[in-house]
Amino acid sequence: MKTTLGILAALAVIGLAFWAYRENYLTKASLKRVGTLNEQIAEARRTLRALNAEWAHQNRPDRLRDLVEINFGDLGLMRMTSRQFGDIERLPGPPQDASGADAAAAEEEKES
Amino acid sequence: MTRIPLRPLALILEARSKGENPDAIERANIRARHEQMRDGDRRRSEIRLRALAALFVIGFAVVAIRFGAVAHLDPSEPRSSLSGVGILAQRADIEDRRGRILATNFETDSLYAQPALMVAPEQAAAALAEIFPELDRKRLVADFTGDRKFLWIRRKLSPEQKQAVHDLGEPGLLFGPREMRLYPNGALAAHVLGGAGFGREGVQAAEVVGVAGVEKRFDGRLRNPERVDSPLVLSLDLSVQAALEHVLHGGMKLMNAKGAAAVLMEVRTGEVIAIASLPDFDPNNRPSLPAKGLAADSPLFDRAVQGVYELGSTFKIFTAGQALDLGLVTPATMIDTSGPLRMRGFEITDFRDYGARLSVRDVIVKSSNIGTARIAGMIGAKRQRAFLESLGFLEPTSLETVEAPTGRPLAPSPARWTDLSTVTISYGHGLSASPLHLAAAYATIANGGLRVRPTLLREPGRGPGERVMSQEAAEAAVALLREVVTDGTASMAEVPGYAVGGKTGTADKPRSDGRGYHDDKVIATFAGLFPADAPKYVIVVTLDEPTETSGGAPRRTAGWTAVPVAGEIVSRVAPLLGLRPEYGFVGAEAKAAKAPAG
Repeated sequence: MKTTLGILAALAVIGLAFWAYRENYLTKASLKRVGTLNEQIAEARRTLRALNAEWAHQNRPDRLRDLVEINFGDLGLMRMTSRQFGDIERLPGPPQDASGADAAAAEEEKES
Repeated sequence: MTRIPLRPLALILEARSKGENPDAIERANIRARHEQMRDGDRRRSEIRLRALAALFVIGFAVVAIRFGAVAHLDPSEPRSSLSGVGILAQRADIEDRRGRILATNFETDSLYAQPALMVAPEQAAAALAEIFPELDRKRLVADFTGDRKFLWIRRKLSPEQKQAVHDLGEPGLLFGPREMRLYPNGALAAHVLGGAGFGREGVQAAEVVGVAGVEKRFDGRLRNPERVDSPLVLSLDLSVQAALEHVLHGGMKLMNAKGAAAVLMEVRTGEVIAIASLPDFDPNNRPSLPAKGLAADSPLFDRAVQGVYELGSTFKIFTAGQALDLGLVTPATMIDTSGPLRMRGFEITDFRDYGARLSVRDVIVKSSNIGTARIAGMIGAKRQRAFLESLGFLEPTSLETVEAPTGRPLAPSPARWTDLSTVTISYGHGLSASPLHLAAAYATIANGGLRVRPTLLREPGRGPGERVMSQEAAEAAVALLREVVTDGTASMAEVPGYAVGGKTGTADKPRSDGRGYHDDKVIATFAGLFPADAPKYVIVVTLDEPTETSGGAPRRTAGWTAVPVAGEIVSRVAPLLGLRPEYGFVGAEAKAAKAPAG
């Protein structure tokens, strides 16, 4: 009985030690990975900041204004004026359904 | 273990045969057994004590070794926590009301030299002078060959410049990382943003501190590590600001003005949508204060906030508005305008002779000084002062820049606020205030008489201010302002679709030597609001020394200078603000167009 208990205890120690070391190595590996990821995140954020700054710089109003003027021939962009506001009542109604349109077309053909 | 019996039979029998007491044998055996037990106990105790001692020695040894290790090893950050990732920038961004970047950080490098490490100092100096034209080669040579151990060469480098210096291969030229403040839109909203510079500097890092504008005002908040990830959101609108500055700049050039300022403010909240002062500067490369000349002529001077001017006839609406509020007059009340009006040896005249009598409406529409003076006479000095104070004209504005408190209006003290002051102030002379003051006061009228305080921060849910004048009087004043544009001096501010109301003001500039006024230098101002039926925005445009030369004689009045500029600004900016134009005919036209279809 005693011997069995001793052997079991020894096996338990070996097993627990194996588990503990394994967890330790896994944790270390995870920490290393977290460190790498943190560096990547930091790098990505740096890049993002730089790109945001670059975007804001490229989209600064005076540059866009110059680009609009240079490319007026191609784009024909005009200044936004009060004339460009539409009225909801000016919109054409929803298109008539196909059968109705066909019928109208057929009628027109008959008349002609 | 064999147990020895206490009374072994053989010994007892032997003792009995010899006539000895057999109990002695038992006692001797008991003693021997007790000695044996005592020895065993002692041995066990000793082992326990040693084990315990060993345990303590090992325990203390472990603690000591750990102490030593912690003391001698290089410190490392706890890698398991994630909190370190967020904090990267040392200063929060500044954004406009729609989240577009007004100020951000940019990583760059600084260049420094350690002459002791240099291989070829003179060649390095020559090459550096070539890369950076502003550096002086001779001075660099002197620095590099002298006994200096360390010197800064440049605070900021572009990536190209860094590569060029790198290519020199000089080991004595070293780079330090730097975070610099970048204003991607250049000079846009320069006076609001102010600028930033380096504070304490080290080789590896430098503090970025605000030096003016909101950057300095909110320096603590922008540098607060807990809030560095959330941008400071201003009330400005980038595209509106750009359009306003563009038109204002064109207008300033066209009108030959030496300076200009404009403010566009939301009526209900007092949020400043756009504010500009020309000439301006690039906050990325903020110029230093001029050593000579007037500070007010420097591009750093914010005419819209710091500049206090006599704003002329734009003040007349306050006089009329107060008289309406007090029930002294109605827009139809006739006022005596026969002139000139003499007061304490001072003669008050009108630009033209408007006849003997004008209604209050016409006093404002035609901008009669005499008529306004008579209305001010009804109000009196005390009430006028209290009213202007409640509009904010006696204290600096509450705008959130470090410069705002320096824009303190110039007004007579209560003791010196004489009847003559009352009269001149009623039409905008004798009290100097900034264009921003004027915008806030007009916003108060446009807001139905509830006080509006200008702000640069976008904070939804701001409550209304205290009541300054009755809603009816405010609405009547707005109607008067509308008529100034439809029938009066500000006709060029008429923008189709947006009913602009407003008042012009042309004030002679005081001479800098304090002896009266210039004959040919004016401050031309237009203060207005739109749309007049339910005012949403207030606009103030001020031109410094404008001269309009398209006609035969040069024209300087605001109606010919500031008003057309303001009109152009409104027509450009109102669609950007998403304001729907109201044409009387749109509905009818649409109905007419729809009728045959239906």
